[in-house]
Amino acid sequence: MSAWPTVLAAAAAGFALKLAGYVVPRHLLDGWYVSRLVALLPVALLAGLVVTQTVTGPAGALVLDARAVAVAVALVALALRAPFLVVVVLAAGVAAGLRALGWG
Amino acid sequence: MQPDAVARQSLSVGVATGAYGLSFGALSVAAGLDLWQTQALSALLFTGGSQFAVVGILGAGGLGSTAVATSSLLGIRNGLYGLELSRELGFHGWRRVAAAHLTIDESTAVAMAQSGRADARRGFWLTGLAVFVFWNLMTLAGALVGNTLGDPRTWGLDAAAAGAFCALLWPRLRRREAQATAVIAVVLTLVAMPHTPAGVPVLVAALAAAIVAGWPGARRTAAAPSSPEPPPAGNAATAEEDAR
Repeated sequence: MSAWPTVLAAAAAGFALKLAGYVVPRHLLDGWYVSRLVALLPVALLAGLVVTQTVTGPAGALVLDARAVAVAVALVALALRAPFLVVVVLAAGVAAGLRALGWG
Repeated sequence: MQPDAVARQSLSVGVATGAYGLSFGALSVAAGLDLWQTQALSALLFTGGSQFAVVGILGAGGLGSTAVATSSLLGIRNGLYGLELSRELGFHGWRRVAAAHLTIDESTAVAMAQSGRADARRGFWLTGLAVFVFWNLMTLAGALVGNTLGDPRTWGLDAAAAGAFCALLWPRLRRREAQATAVIAVVLTLVAMPHTPAGVPVLVAALAAAIVAGWPGARRTAAAPSSPEPPPAGNAATAEEDAR
């Protein structure tokens, strides 16, 4: 069977979800609690994303490998006020280096 | 941050993310989708996690409905980003539709890393467009010639992405509320990961925002009584001042 219905349905649903955030009436987000909640959501979601990117193993298991070391190094670099590009290149270099050595 | 620094940040995120498009294009064709279907996913669905889920499920012989459901589960967080982006960046008309399409982890993270509304807007558009262009070009390349880079992990691209998100979150973490949110989100994600399917752990992490937003004692330090509306947390206060 053609994959087109799946491709188009996934795209339509994906766009509808993206747009949904923009069309929620402002007054629904103006309350004290909801306003604070919405402001903190990106931090919570991106922090969660970093964790899944760092420790997701096969079939959802947690694994510590080269990624975890690379992210730890990135965090140390950030604490030492390293610029953005240095942090990103350092993370890539640490992970690639460890893997070249046969670990993680 | 200097405007050229915003551009540099946006462009580097676009290039690094785009490199993954090569592996998506190759994987999609290997999973049995044709070139046009592959390109349609990158142009129309345009959210990496969902795209990999669709081709992964179809390639393994899964149902189309399962693919759409999983893709949508992974796409929920884009909608949640939109709530804050819409309020902070204030798009209207066709720009709002275009902004919605470009609302992904990367554009959100770069926008959030800026300290004023003008830079945040600039970072959002530049990153969204840079990722869109590179992601689509590399998808096409991957679909046509295969994954010439090999496994992106060999180059540490997966760790580069995680490192980039850490760096983009970092300026936000000066505020204690954001620190608490991030720490709780990390713990919730780790707890949820072994027990829930892909896409769910990050949504569980969103509960961290719900917990910290309602933290007892927070109300005391919140709005000044004369303020017509409660000051949003994070960069919101700065952004609103910039707009005035």
